[in-house]
Amino acid sequence: MALIKEIDYGTPAPRVPDGVELATVTLTIDGQTVTVPEGTSIMRAAQMIGTTIPKLCATDNMAAFGSCRMCLIEIEGRGGTPASCTTPAANGIVVHTQTDKLKRLRNGVMELYISDHPLDCLTCAANGDCELQDTAGAVGLREVRYGYDGRNHVFAKTNGLANPDFIKKDDSNPYFTYDPSKCIVCNRCVRACDEVQGTFALTISGRGLDSRVSPGQNDPFLSSECVSCGACVQACPTATLTEKAVIDIGQPEHSAVTTCAYCGVGCTFKAEMRGEQLVRMVPWKDGKANHGHSCVKGRFAWGYATHRERITKPMIRATIHEPWREVSWEEAIRHTASEFKRIQEKYGKRSVGGITSSRCTNEESFLVQKLIRQGFGNNNVDTCARVCHSPTGYGLSQTYGTSAGTQDFDSVEDTDVILVIGANPPDAHPVFASRMKQRIREGAKLIVIDPRKTDLVRSAHIEADFHLPLRPSTNVAMLNALAHVVVTEGLVDEDFVRERCDWDEFQDWAEFVARPDHSPEAVAEYLGVSADDVRGAARLYATGGRAAIYYGLGVTEHSQGSTAVIAIANLAMATGNVGRKGVGVNPLRGQNNVQGACDMGSFPHELAGYRHISNDVVRKQFGDMWGVELDAEPGLRIPNMFDAAVDGVFKGMYVQGEDILQSDPDTVHVSAGLAALECLVVQDLFLNETATFAHVFLPGCSFLEKDGTFTNAERRIQLIRKVMAPKNGYGDWEVTQLLAREMGLDWNYEHPSQIMDEIAALTPTFANVSFAMLAEKGSVQWPCNDAAPEGTPTMHIDKFVRGKGRFMLTEYVPTDERVGPRFPLLLTTGRILSQYNVGAQTRRTANSTWHEKDVLEIHPQDAEDRGVRDGDLIKLKSRAGAIALHAKISEKVAPGVVYTTFHHPDTQANVITTDYSDWATNCPEYKVTAVQVTLANGPTEWQERYDIFARESRKVAVEPAE
Amino acid sequence: MGHSQFDDEEHITTTSDERLIYMANQIGKFFVARPLDQAVKGMAKHIADFWDPRMRAKIRAHVESGGEGLDPLACEAIASLQK
Repeated sequence: MALIKEIDYGTPAPRVPDGVELATVTLTIDGQTVTVPEGTSIMRAAQMIGTTIPKLCATDNMAAFGSCRMCLIEIEGRGGTPASCTTPAANGIVVHTQTDKLKRLRNGVMELYISDHPLDCLTCAANGDCELQDTAGAVGLREVRYGYDGRNHVFAKTNGLANPDFIKKDDSNPYFTYDPSKCIVCNRCVRACDEVQGTFALTISGRGLDSRVSPGQNDPFLSSECVSCGACVQACPTATLTEKAVIDIGQPEHSAVTTCAYCGVGCTFKAEMRGEQLVRMVPWKDGKANHGHSCVKGRFAWGYATHRERITKPMIRATIHEPWREVSWEEAIRHTASEFKRIQEKYGKRSVGGITSSRCTNEESFLVQKLIRQGFGNNNVDTCARVCHSPTGYGLSQTYGTSAGTQDFDSVEDTDVILVIGANPPDAHPVFASRMKQRIREGAKLIVIDPRKTDLVRSAHIEADFHLPLRPSTNVAMLNALAHVVVTEGLVDEDFVRERCDWDEFQDWAEFVARPDHSPEAVAEYLGVSADDVRGAARLYATGGRAAIYYGLGVTEHSQGSTAVIAIANLAMATGNVGRKGVGVNPLRGQNNVQGACDMGSFPHELAGYRHISNDVVRKQFGDMWGVELDAEPGLRIPNMFDAAVDGVFKGMYVQGEDILQSDPDTVHVSAGLAALECLVVQDLFLNETATFAHVFLPGCSFLEKDGTFTNAERRIQLIRKVMAPKNGYGDWEVTQLLAREMGLDWNYEHPSQIMDEIAALTPTFANVSFAMLAEKGSVQWPCNDAAPEGTPTMHIDKFVRGKGRFMLTEYVPTDERVGPRFPLLLTTGRILSQYNVGAQTRRTANSTWHEKDVLEIHPQDAEDRGVRDGDLIKLKSRAGAIALHAKISEKVAPGVVYTTFHHPDTQANVITTDYSDWATNCPEYKVTAVQVTLANGPTEWQERYDIFARESRKVAVEPAE
Repeated sequence: MGHSQFDDEEHITTTSDERLIYMANQIGKFFVARPLDQAVKGMAKHIADFWDPRMRAKIRAHVESGGEGLDPLACEAIASLQK
């Protein structure tokens, strides 16, 4: 496979709002007739018929700029030589892209560019990938007459003296360098930062010959506002901005399109390779989730795959107090299977279970749950969605009939009002946040409901129309108050509700939310938000045009997570904001394949495609295909597994690609559960925290080393492709198969595509999905079957999946986790841009440059009351436990609220979080913990003891030399 | 080394039995807004759909032995669960 190069059309396609059809224009370019949508540039029209007009400042993911003077053209009957990037195609015009005059002009301009550019092409990192070099070739530049004696930016010294125009290379960013001596001031990096990423970190400082790209106020890249998304590096036509890996390794020679293994946005990338060495990940322009954009994680943070701490050999031990012993795959698998068999014989069929991974592929999740249902003969399978979006699954299936978001990401382009609740897209879903910000800068209104003043509330050229900084745990009261305004002020879309929803249930709901105790005035005090703001936000959402709700774990991870999801669904139905482009209910999924893991039947109560295990017809289908009778009873959910383990009835667990000890709440309880197991099998890249309690370690492999599919937050199924051999010897799906065969199951998959074929055969919403189809189409959104052969970008268009939309009553029940004299502050937890989840991957990359430890954000007032200064070590204590970490004084949090992240195991934020959980799904209440903050003089006892234990537990026995 | 070595002396633990009672009451608080017969049915279905057989058996046994700590709706819904 060769290097994949997308065509650069020079300028973007004109945007087509939903429901509008653009007129077309027909013109002639170099004797060829071409018809294009109105608003298309001549440059783009030319490229559409295969004619590339020379260009330097134009590229098709940003607006035309018209500065480089290379893309000049002549139009018959018009004077001059206009730039083709800024001149729209028009009916009947006759365009020439190459004439003697144009050649002369371009040559002259190019000569000037090169007169201030080094001629070190042979040793330049961009050699082979330099648009300046290509364009010089295209315009026939043969000599540069000006010499380098005059003012220039190229040489450190001129005429033996220091050159005041020369700026040294900036290599402060861990992933790329900025070499001003190679810059042609095309502005592409600045525009990429503004238009594509939306951070506005770069500018051109100075004028004329003084013009230079400048991060912030001439700061180094690392200390500027730059978020290291890579958009500027990708946009740079020269070696001015270059990946350090390219400088180190050289240009790649082949590539494969694959899907990022970080967040739920599901960006697609070209993995650009040299042999089996990954040179760089470049966002793929045809990727439908990211359209050629990326963030610091997917673009740069892939070095963990070859990190020295990676474990590549299986290991076993009899007890967790012994060192690990490296064994062959045969021995590890034989031992594991015999342990599970022994445990089931002694403690019963339901004494074992497992956890599928949201970081692994659909095929791998499907196999793990199949192993448990078919091989273990029970339904004790769960997945990490339990602790993030299980309330989404419950709430949306109850109200709409399906456990997924309603839109695609592109839908935001047609949105007039964006309501973000309990989500922080610039940190947790950065690439989608950029799309969202583009739309806001175009004029869409923004409502943010969040206890923290997140970057979305106010950042460069973005300001929320309403920020409702509610107290953590009051989401349902807030949503009821918004609904109260909609109903009592007559803002309900009655036509929609009558046609699409159950009218009786609507009336019950309307009566319920209209009660005076749900009014913004009645709840203002405990929300901590003024009634006027709540009313204003409700009016804007209901009447501002197409309104879309985006939400995250700030909604789901509460005692009333499911109730809040239902309240969101109610609100969207009442205002008619479902079933079209630009509207909808959009859960922003945490991990790359959370959606997929859920779709694959990873929950203990349902089979693939969200069908309950008690459904005899569906269960029989699966049982018949697998040659067994399946257990009809729902199995244990993750927190129930820990309880059952402590009770002594759950003894064996197979955990693929999750670190439950670090990620799940109430670490003390989780560790008690894990310590009670007789056989814990961990399959992972690294000896993670959970593995400190494990008896078997099966080395896993990264997404670069196997084939499969991921499903992102828009239900989009995308391929991941193997670009290097697995360092551990097997893809994760193969490891599960080895174990299944040893357990006596007749599995014979030779490729993950065969697993997808089985999924498709058993799951109506996946009926038409296959690897071949995904390779051809690039991606598809489920449902994808004969009724929707192209997939389903927007759901519930003419009717809800369940038939009539169902309004449900959402009584606000305050959480029992309350502040009091001992624990007067509320802790809420979240994520940061550069780190991912438990940090197993990102902590093993240079991303830690930006976030080397978890810190506690605390309001200046609360800090002063406790004598805490910025950077002090503090003790954070809840009824569940205590940890020590450093304080960061911040006004992003309101007084009374503190905030931290859970990326680092030496902090262990989840020692603090409690065992409270969502009433419907047991999704833990991570977002609300009553705490106290005091000054500390060292780590807490727990941290010290755990550190010693974890270090001991990670030891591997050294074989005596022979 | 057992897990107790890690227990912060002030760590407040709940037993799994206490947790079951708490969870049942929590479910009841969602359904209690509905008319009683619907609430009982809704709650019973929820537990049948999402709780594993051992959890169901334990909570039923608790109801049969008086149901201490359970709200009336939870008691009624659990009592209505099929064995």
